Amino acid sequence: MTKPQKTSLRGAQRRGNLPSRALRLLRFARNDIERPAGAGRRLPRGIGEPIVEWCIKLSGFAVVGFVFLIFLFLLRDSLSLFREYPLKQFLFGTEWLPISDPPKFGVIPLLLGSVLVTFWAIVICVPLGVGAAMFIAEVAPKMLKHVLKSLVEILAAIPSVVLGFLGIIWLGPVLRDVFGLPTGMCGLTGSLLLAFMALPTIISISEDALVGVPKTYREAAFGLGATRWQTLWRVILPAASPGIVAAVMLGIGRVVGETMVVLMVTGNAPVVPHSILQPLRTLTATIAGEMGETVGGSEHYFALFAVGLVLFAITFSINLVADVFLRRARK
Amino acid sequence: MGLRTEIAAVLSLVAVALAGCGESIDPNEPQGFIQTKGSDTIVNAIQQTAEEFMKVYPHVFVAVTGGGSGVGIASLINKTTDIATASREMKAKEIEMAEKRGVYPKEFVVAYDGVAVIVNLNNPVDKLSIEDLHKIFTGKATSWKEFGGKDMPFVTLSREVSSGTHLYFKEEVIQLGQKGNTQEFSKKTLLLTSSQAIVEEVANNEAAIGYLGMGYLSDRTKPVQVGQGDEFHPPDVENVVKKAYPLSRPLFIYTDGEPEGVVKLFVDYTLGPAGQTQFMDTGFVPVAQETQNPKPEIRNKHE
Repeated sequence: MTKPQKTSLRGAQRRGNLPSRALRLLRFARNDIERPAGAGRRLPRGIGEPIVEWCIKLSGFAVVGFVFLIFLFLLRDSLSLFREYPLKQFLFGTEWLPISDPPKFGVIPLLLGSVLVTFWAIVICVPLGVGAAMFIAEVAPKMLKHVLKSLVEILAAIPSVVLGFLGIIWLGPVLRDVFGLPTGMCGLTGSLLLAFMALPTIISISEDALVGVPKTYREAAFGLGATRWQTLWRVILPAASPGIVAAVMLGIGRVVGETMVVLMVTGNAPVVPHSILQPLRTLTATIAGEMGETVGGSEHYFALFAVGLVLFAITFSINLVADVFLRRARK
Repeated sequence: MGLRTEIAAVLSLVAVALAGCGESIDPNEPQGFIQTKGSDTIVNAIQQTAEEFMKVYPHVFVAVTGGGSGVGIASLINKTTDIATASREMKAKEIEMAEKRGVYPKEFVVAYDGVAVIVNLNNPVDKLSIEDLHKIFTGKATSWKEFGGKDMPFVTLSREVSSGTHLYFKEEVIQLGQKGNTQEFSKKTLLLTSSQAIVEEVANNEAAIGYLGMGYLSDRTKPVQVGQGDEFHPPDVENVVKKAYPLSRPLFIYTDGEPEGVVKLFVDYTLGPAGQTQFMDTGFVPVAQETQNPKPEIRNKHE
C-alpha cells in the first residue's frame, strides 16, 4: 500500500507541485525521516494534542447533537398536530385532503405510495447492483474494473432533477406505450428512476464487502477444486453477505428519502394505490409539494411535520438495521 | 510572506471595487431588492415585467419565484416576500392569520385571465360544458366516448393544492360555485407541480385533460370551448373581457400594507402601461382593457 504512495509523493515533488517543506512534513508524518526543522515547534506537545483531541470530540458530539435536535424539533411540531387532529385519523385515515374544509390528513395513501415505489425500486436494483458488484470485484479485468468503478461514481453524480426530467419526457411515455397505461406518470416510472439512483450506493458498498473477504477463503476454495463460479457463489458471496445486506439497506434508505424524482414523475394522486402501474403520491413528494404554501403554525404545517416524523422513523429504522449488519460484517 | 501579500492585494482590490460601486450610484436613484413569490399562472408575465423594470431601474433587483398562489400568500404572511402574486383572492382565514402576525395585505388586480381547459391535439372533443367538466374531474364520467371522443378513460390533470388555479377550479367546477358543496377532485386526479408539466402531459397523452391559465396556451395543446347552457366560447381575450367565457377570473398581487419605496415603484410599474403590456404579451387581459378605464382598478378590502 505504501509503495505507490511514496512514488507519487516523489513524483509530485519532481513536478514541483509540493513545496519541499510540506513534503518533508508529510514524510515525517509517515516516519520516513527524522523531525524536520521547525515541525511541531509552535505549540508544545502537551497543549497541542489535547486541543486537537477536543476539537475532534466536539465535532463528533455535535453531529449526534444535531440529529437529536432535529428529532426533537420534528417531534415537537408534529405533536402539535395531534392537539387539534386525532392521532388515530392521521395514522389510519385513507384520505389526504389538506386544503378542504374540514381538512383530512390521512397518512395511509402516502405511506403505501412510498412503500410501493420503494419495494419495486429495490426489486429492480438489488439484483442489478449486487450482480454489477460481483462482476467488478471478482470477474472484470483490472482495466475494466477501474473504468467501471469511475463510471458508477459518475452515475451517483447525476442530479435527481435531471433524472426526473428524463422521466417526464422519455421514460413515462415509453412505459405508457409498453404497458398500455392511461398515463406514464405512475409508480413504476418513479421506481425505475429511483432504482437507477440507488445503484451506485449498492454497487460500491457491496463491492467493498466482496473485496474485503479474506484471500484465504478464495485460496481454500480453489484448493478444494471449486470452480471460479462456485467460489464466488458459495464462498465469497455468503462471506460478504452482511456487507451486501447493509448496502441494500442503505440503498433503501436513499430510495425512501428521495424527493425530486417522485414529485416529478409519479403523478402525485393521493389515492390508496393498488398497483405500481397507477399514479400515486409518496411521503416525500407531499412534504416538498405542500410545504411552501403552509403558514408557520397552521394545522397543515404541523401535519407535514408529522409526515416528516413518519419518514424519519422509517429511514432511522432502516439505517439501524443496516448498521447492525455492517457491524456483523466487520467482526 | 507570499500569501500575505496576496491577501493584501485581494483586499485592496475589493476595497477599490466597493468604493467604485459607491461612487457610481446617484444617491437619488432608487436601489434595493424586491422578492415576489406566488402564482405559477402569472410567473412568466411577472418575470418579463421584472426584466423590463430592471432595465429602467438598474439598481433595483427583482427576484421572481413561482410555486403557486398558496406559496405566495403563505410567504407574505410569514414575511418572507415583499409581493405575493395570486390567481385567487385571499381567504378570510388567511387574512385573519396574517393580521394576527401583524401583516395587513393590500390587494391589487393586475390582470384578468380565463382558465383554459386543454386536451391533446388528436382528441376530437371541442366543446365541454361546466357540468361535463364537473363529471370528468370528479370521476362521475369514465370515458371520453360519453362526450363524443374515443373510447378511452380520462386522465385528469390538476395542479398541486398550493395552486390558486386549483382552488378556483375546485370552487367553480368541482363544487359548481355552490357554497357548502364539499365535493372533491376525483382521487385519481394527477397533481402536477407546474403548469408546464400539465402542458407536457397533455401534449403527449391523448386521454389527458388539464386546466391552466390562458398564458400557458400554445399550439402543442388544444383548448376546448367551455360553455354554460347552450353557449360555448373559446378562452380568449375577447370572451374574457365580455365575461362570456364562464371560467374568467381576476389575478392579484398583494403587499404588506400600503407599498413603499422600491416595492411601490414596482407595483406602480406593473399596473402602469409598460407592465400591462407584458401581461398582454403573455396572453392575459390587461386591467385597463377590462374596465375600459385608463387607470388600473385598485381595490382594498381593509379600509
